[in-house]
Amino acid sequence: MLTRPDPGSVTILFEGAPIRARAGESVASALLAAGILAVRTTPVSGAPRGPFCMMGACFDCLAVVDGVGGVQTCLVPVREGMRIERQHGARDVAAEDAA
Amino acid sequence: MRVDLAIIGAGPAGIAAATEARAHGLSVLVLDENPAPGGRIWQAIEARAAKDDEDRAAQEAVRAFRASGAEARFGATVWCVEPEGRVYWSEQGRARDAEATQVLIATGTTERPLPIPGWTLPGVMTVGAAQIALKTGGLVPDRDVWIAGQGPLLLLYATQALAAGGRIAGVLDLAEPSGRRRALAHLPAALRAPSYLARGVAWRLALRRAGVPWIRAAEIRAEGAARLERIRFVADGAVHTRPASLLLLHDGVIPSVQITRALGCAHVWDEAQRCWKPTTDMWGRSSHARIAIAGDGAGVGGAAVAALSGRIAALGIAAALGRLGEAARDSAAAPLLAARAKHLAVRPFLDTLFAPLPIRPEDDTILCRCEEVTAGRVREAVALGCLGANQLKSFTRAGMGPCQGRMCGPSVAAVIAAERGVPVQEVEPYRLRFPTKPLTLGELAALHEQEEALEPHTS
Repeated sequence: MLTRPDPGSVTILFEGAPIRARAGESVASALLAAGILAVRTTPVSGAPRGPFCMMGACFDCLAVVDGVGGVQTCLVPVREGMRIERQHGARDVAAEDAA
Repeated sequence: MRVDLAIIGAGPAGIAAATEARAHGLSVLVLDENPAPGGRIWQAIEARAAKDDEDRAAQEAVRAFRASGAEARFGATVWCVEPEGRVYWSEQGRARDAEATQVLIATGTTERPLPIPGWTLPGVMTVGAAQIALKTGGLVPDRDVWIAGQGPLLLLYATQALAAGGRIAGVLDLAEPSGRRRALAHLPAALRAPSYLARGVAWRLALRRAGVPWIRAAEIRAEGAARLERIRFVADGAVHTRPASLLLLHDGVIPSVQITRALGCAHVWDEAQRCWKPTTDMWGRSSHARIAIAGDGAGVGGAAVAALSGRIAALGIAAALGRLGEAARDSAAAPLLAARAKHLAVRPFLDTLFAPLPIRPEDDTILCRCEEVTAGRVREAVALGCLGANQLKSFTRAGMGPCQGRMCGPSVAAVIAAERGVPVQEVEPYRLRFPTKPLTLGELAALHEQEEALEPHTS
């Protein structure tokens, strides 16, 4: 696991539950700090996946951020009150547009 | 927007090129998908406290870049570059474009994939990923964290993690022992740049002093139900099982060729580093007149070489645009070229010592993480007559997921080559196409709005 002494002063919501984050870090980094390793399930087999490369190359850290799916959470800096949900399978753009 | 020079990537190469180009009066646009300059090696350098002279020099380089007058856009994901110089990117969900007389691609590297059984489990990450988490989030490894593979970044990260108060359960050295012996032949040349050697020795000593077990191992597997729970490996002729909360893999870095491949730039196989890299001349010019490449993306040389290459490329571009005479260009470049040659003298030694691991995955190991294609399915496709990576797409969908072959390209090519019994450079690699990053129609539509805002219709 990855840990740190100072949890940070920013609060984001993962699946509705608040977690602490550090200003300037990515969403994926904040999730790892909270012990959340799996952020999505794959469209092919439904297997759980989580951050792998942390640099925008692998697309394994995709999640729904403030209602928008398919977001590379390792590239998005945390913002106070940000809502993160697990992404199940492929991004559903039609459902996002309807929402 | 119209600029003299568009630079993609704000790591050491991009930063140095932008600063140098501005000094010769060029208008410069820099695009980077990260929130701040620095690239991988200098990631979050503005937010961190400098801990040595190298950090201070990096901070000074970023300060000079910030003050250079280059227009820097962060959170800007480039998805297309045209050979004539038009660059397209997305920023906050909206597409943008700019026209550049010259484009410099400085997109660095990605880590070479190290496909082992179970490497898709949550809890298995790359060493580079953990280093980014350390630099940007202050995250350190704790309890049952294992590191496996080979390469200088593995040693560097382990040292940095320990210095930051982290704990590492052990390092599994997967390198073939013969590399060390063969590297000795290149040692005399490497002594032209002794600081690299000194650093390597210091890292190994730091690990030994901290009591981190260093285990020569093979056949490593990651195991667990919904996440990593344990690792299994062979060492000293026996199978060992250890509890693991996190496994960090590393097998060196390779040039990020997504954009240069999609552009159709000529590429050459680098046998020493076992990777493809774009063909460049001494100024970093590619096979396309308006496209240059600097930094590790043109062949891995490290941060110092990248920064020098960025400045050298900027001098070449300034001269090509008529802002600098050839004589002035050459005299400014001479000391930079000499310094670059000195740094590069260490490469044959490092490339041999840290030779990439052989890729011989078991049949049930996933190679393409996106489409979940195993090595066994790749072998079946070759048995049915598949000759190269592009044909493999039709057989298996390998390389057709969102990462567009970034995570499977090298291992897929290696497995096809082994099955066919040909050298890997004879296997056609993935043909890459723009957009090199996923793009929605909504984002693309914003491009039109931008044009309307600039040139209102008068119907």
